[in-house]
Amino acid sequence: MSATTVKPPPAVERPKRVAPAHVRRKKLLATMVNHTLLITLACIFLAPVLVLVLTAVMSDQQALTPKLWPSPFHWHNFVSAFDQVDLLLYLKNTFIYAFLSTVGTVLSCVPVAYALSRIQWKGRQVTFILVLATIMLPYQVTFIPLYVIFSHLGWVGSFKPLIVPSFFGDAYSIFLLRQFFLTIPQEMTDAARVDGANEFQIMMRVIVPMAKPAIAAVALFNFLYCWDDFFGPLLYVAQNPHNWTLAFALSQFQGQHHVNYNLLMAVSGIFMLPVIVLFFVAQRAFIEGVNLTGIKG
Amino acid sequence: MHWCSWTTRSTSRSRRPEAEIAAVPAPTAQGAPLPQRRSQAERRRSRRRATLKKYGTVFLFMLPWIIGFVCFTAYPMIASLYYSFTRFDLINNPQWVGLQNYRDLFTTDPFFRQAIRNTLFIVVLGVPLNVLFGVGVAMMLTKARSGASFYRTVFYLPTLAPAVAVALTFMVLFNPGTGPVNQLLGALHIGQPLWFYDPNWSKPALLILGLWTAGNTMIIFLAALLNVPRQLYEAIEIEGAGPLRTFIHVTIPMISPVIFFAVVTGVIDALQYFTQAYVIGNAVSQQTDQLGEPQGSLLFYALWMYQKALPGFAMGYAAAMAWLLFLVTMIATLILFKTSSRWVFYQGSGR
Repeated sequence: MSATTVKPPPAVERPKRVAPAHVRRKKLLATMVNHTLLITLACIFLAPVLVLVLTAVMSDQQALTPKLWPSPFHWHNFVSAFDQVDLLLYLKNTFIYAFLSTVGTVLSCVPVAYALSRIQWKGRQVTFILVLATIMLPYQVTFIPLYVIFSHLGWVGSFKPLIVPSFFGDAYSIFLLRQFFLTIPQEMTDAARVDGANEFQIMMRVIVPMAKPAIAAVALFNFLYCWDDFFGPLLYVAQNPHNWTLAFALSQFQGQHHVNYNLLMAVSGIFMLPVIVLFFVAQRAFIEGVNLTGIKG
Repeated sequence: MHWCSWTTRSTSRSRRPEAEIAAVPAPTAQGAPLPQRRSQAERRRSRRRATLKKYGTVFLFMLPWIIGFVCFTAYPMIASLYYSFTRFDLINNPQWVGLQNYRDLFTTDPFFRQAIRNTLFIVVLGVPLNVLFGVGVAMMLTKARSGASFYRTVFYLPTLAPAVAVALTFMVLFNPGTGPVNQLLGALHIGQPLWFYDPNWSKPALLILGLWTAGNTMIIFLAALLNVPRQLYEAIEIEGAGPLRTFIHVTIPMISPVIFFAVVTGVIDALQYFTQAYVIGNAVSQQTDQLGEPQGSLLFYALWMYQKALPGFAMGYAAAMAWLLFLVTMIATLILFKTSSRWVFYQGSGR
């Protein structure tokens, strides 16, 4: 099943041919089938979001019935969600966690990625492989000793165990930034070096301005990761309801507070909204990030 | 930027050992020697100084990662390996018990076996399903000339939705009594499973949830498919191959690196499956101290390990589970890498 079965294209130029009518009809049919399938699939993919929104604006009574179309529309649910649970606090906590952790990741990963891509030194390749290896490491292997350390420090219940480690490099972000830094031509930094700039100045004045899209992508991915993160808050802030993040709080509503499905969906919607907005605002950064992960053979 | 000034200052201090400063010839009455007339020894010395300076800089740039690696990766790895041979409840000091934890896992823990069965279900069925789905949708997208970006956005967006919110939304969708899915199935007079409330249907429902968030895989397959050289398709078309042969002989070999990547990362993720099962299990059982409901059908490996470690305070036991998971992850990755040469075709090599 290797590509050796494929013969190289013939050297002779093919004359431009017009497909006969029955072939064209077949092609049109194939396109229509393809689009029908895609539209059906798109509808299926949008259905959960639609159900979420519809459920979110149902009355308490209707949320317990199979009737899907809300009558009447309770748009007020989005407001009463803020009264029934401490949504503002959870939003604030989630934002603090995501924002500070993102700042830490960017500050710590840019110099590391710079040293791994723009400075030549012995052992660089080995170090880079070590960085890559830590991406593959399951978090389960490290979380128990980390929990032990953080509980000895008295940090459990606070955001510190979630935020402080991000100031000491994140392997995946280092990898993405390094990939981008490597694509910046050497001449750009040579000029600065001739002018007597040191490595730090080159990084801040040449590389960082040129790498803005990659840094934006890393920041975005990291922010979204923290925004969604469930396991970290479960480990470290579950004990302290004052520090609950939205992801954790949302998981507790059903179990302990018996919050109705309509409010649950309203909160879920509020939880998802910033993510969707970020996606549309920063689509370019997303594409940049996805391109960076693209593996080259 | 106060830390940057600190950085530069400490480099200049650290890169100049005393001996070197002393070795530099003091300016004499004739003035400093001109650079052109520097002796070979001096040149060597200045080169050494430059090297030292460079390594000082590299060290400072790498410092965040070095500290992070030592404190948050290397030490915890070694510590958890040590804990795995001990009985440890966080309050008392770890007590060495040798291989006891590992022995208990395989002999006296029925939940461990159940957790492995459940996790294998996701690995064996979920991963291939996601890959097939990703390839299928990506192929359809390459054929769609118009609207491709709209479809791409629709299929990709769910992957960004927070896992907890997704799990709860699917609880509503698959609610046995009031959920739209069972309404539809009822209208079609097909059976109405209890989904997340039935131990036989809870995992299949999770697989469907997994497909909804498979957009990431689809995006990388799409990029790979668009990279396949057109001539290859033209060539095989001239040979008179149908779509199936084209798919088997051109498409699959050309995107095999990405299939490989998707399988490896998929297996690693599946072995660590946690959030959705935790949230859904809690919602089903209406309590938080019983994980993996209904009837342990959603008790995955990572869940059982978490249950043992934190609510259970059996840190040593959980550490043994962690290392077992680590070994299995490494072996699975290694097997995939070793066999990859047989089925992964890299462009530019082996031609």
